[in-house]
Amino acid sequence: MKGKVHKFGDNVDTDQIIPARYLNTSDPEELAKYCMEDADPDFVNRMNKGDIIIGGENFGCGSSREHAPISIKAAGISAVIAKSFARIFYRNSINIGLPILESCEAAEEIQEGSEVSIDLTSGEIKDLSSGKIYKAQPFPNFMQKIIDADGLISYVKRKFKK
Amino acid sequence: MGKTIAEKILSNHSGKDAFAGDIVIADIDFCMGQDGTSGIAIDSFNKMQAKSVFESQKIAMILDHSCPSPNEGVSAIHKKIREFAHKFKINLYDIGCGVCHQLVPEQGYVVPGNLVIGADSHTCTYGAINAFSTGVGSTDFAAAMISGKLWFKVPETMKITYKGDFAKGVYSKDLMLYTIGKIKADGATYMAMEFYGKVIENMSVDARFTISNMAIEAGGKAGLMEADKKTLDWVKKHSKLKPNPQTADKDAKYAKTLEFDVSKISPQIAKPHAVDNVAPIEEVAGTPVQQGFIGTCTNGRMEDFEIAAKILKGKKVKDGCRLVLAPASKTIFLELMKSGIAETLINAGGVFVTPGCGPCVGTHNGVPSDGENVISTANRNFLGRMGNRKAFIYLGSPATVAASVIEGKITDPRKHS
Repeated sequence: MKGKVHKFGDNVDTDQIIPARYLNTSDPEELAKYCMEDADPDFVNRMNKGDIIIGGENFGCGSSREHAPISIKAAGISAVIAKSFARIFYRNSINIGLPILESCEAAEEIQEGSEVSIDLTSGEIKDLSSGKIYKAQPFPNFMQKIIDADGLISYVKRKFKK
Repeated sequence: MGKTIAEKILSNHSGKDAFAGDIVIADIDFCMGQDGTSGIAIDSFNKMQAKSVFESQKIAMILDHSCPSPNEGVSAIHKKIREFAHKFKINLYDIGCGVCHQLVPEQGYVVPGNLVIGADSHTCTYGAINAFSTGVGSTDFAAAMISGKLWFKVPETMKITYKGDFAKGVYSKDLMLYTIGKIKADGATYMAMEFYGKVIENMSVDARFTISNMAIEAGGKAGLMEADKKTLDWVKKHSKLKPNPQTADKDAKYAKTLEFDVSKISPQIAKPHAVDNVAPIEEVAGTPVQQGFIGTCTNGRMEDFEIAAKILKGKKVKDGCRLVLAPASKTIFLELMKSGIAETLINAGGVFVTPGCGPCVGTHNGVPSDGENVISTANRNFLGRMGNRKAFIYLGSPATVAASVIEGKITDPRKHS
């Protein structure tokens, strides 16, 4: 996957990602319209499908609303890179199949607007402007299985079939 | 090797000798969701093609975030939840019953030693009664409803010990705001927290809930306390379930050990727009406020309203300022009425809304206007949290909110006691 980078700061909370006033729906397409609205009201107009969000520390802190990773994914963001993720957001993203990568260096060094390519299998993040390659933290084995199944729903369904 | 409280509870529920870093699949004692998260949980449940739940009495859905429904979208979600609860005979708490984190312990679903998950980040609240309880998302809740199990990474633990006693006018909310101000919003990310000290022992169970409730505001996965006599008496009053209290071993391994002297701290305020943006009240006093709010899963309990009523008795909310009150449960609301506290607060100018989350999440019941300042007992002051990204939210104790609405500006509660 390849896309343009949109940078955000530390502690981007789920109220900024998708404000509670939009929790009156669970329709991904509807949630996509308000993605990141309270962090940057113009975000959905500025971004293109496939773009990448880079956050700082503790991305996705706050509420447990799964609407947050759903709205990011449905808006067309291909992956989120951050220095660190809040625990529930991290788990929710894996469960719904939003690719997330933890890399302090990449989050620090890659500039707003840079083109970045990501290889999810190897966890390699390449800044196409500078040519520099970063390696994201690998996922624990168990989580990788859920990711490989494309989220918890398919994972559970497969388990049932066995 | 010794174990922390988290390691013991997760070991007991997984049948494994589990330590921090291990991934376990554990049996859960109870799971719940609220009206903001249960809709997606039901969608996930259906997508997983499940035909039944693991045990209907160990599941609850609680309508608290937007109650009564403020719009047709929420009404549709409420309807979906009611139908699902009816179909699978799970516990349903409809509008006006209260906030999930008051109802789960109050209705006796959780006791010491339990493992509980909730599709709400403040599920960590029940750590105050020695349960490992943690917030998850909707899809995890769906998986738990189906299987009665969930995977957990056994967390490392941060041990916090408080030395000394509170000065006058300082409460458990101030203590937790102070702690979060020190360790910051990600200070305990991926970790369980354990709280100790005489000040905790001296606190009521109500006051302890306030502390565990806010563990998530430091990124904590759980906010655990030991069960003492006070805990066990409280639990016995509310639940028929058998407690299985867990204490940490002397040689348990901690990721971090912190000590704070509480005797010198003032009432604390979290300033906009972050819970870790904390200052002693002396630095913020005088800031004008247009709205006060007492309620939520943090500070909507009996004791919180008692403290506020003591300060507001015979006083009036300042002209140009308003006070919204949301009891954390119907039971609390009824007690407030019986005790005369509700009358005191209404006479002072307070406005009661339906027991539930009230204006905390910004869906209804008191959305502030552009440029307005709110002083609130809630647990979050994020930008836009109360429904308007041009408003400013300050967090404090019920005493601080009560004193502040009398003067129409942030006020040290010690001035009014």
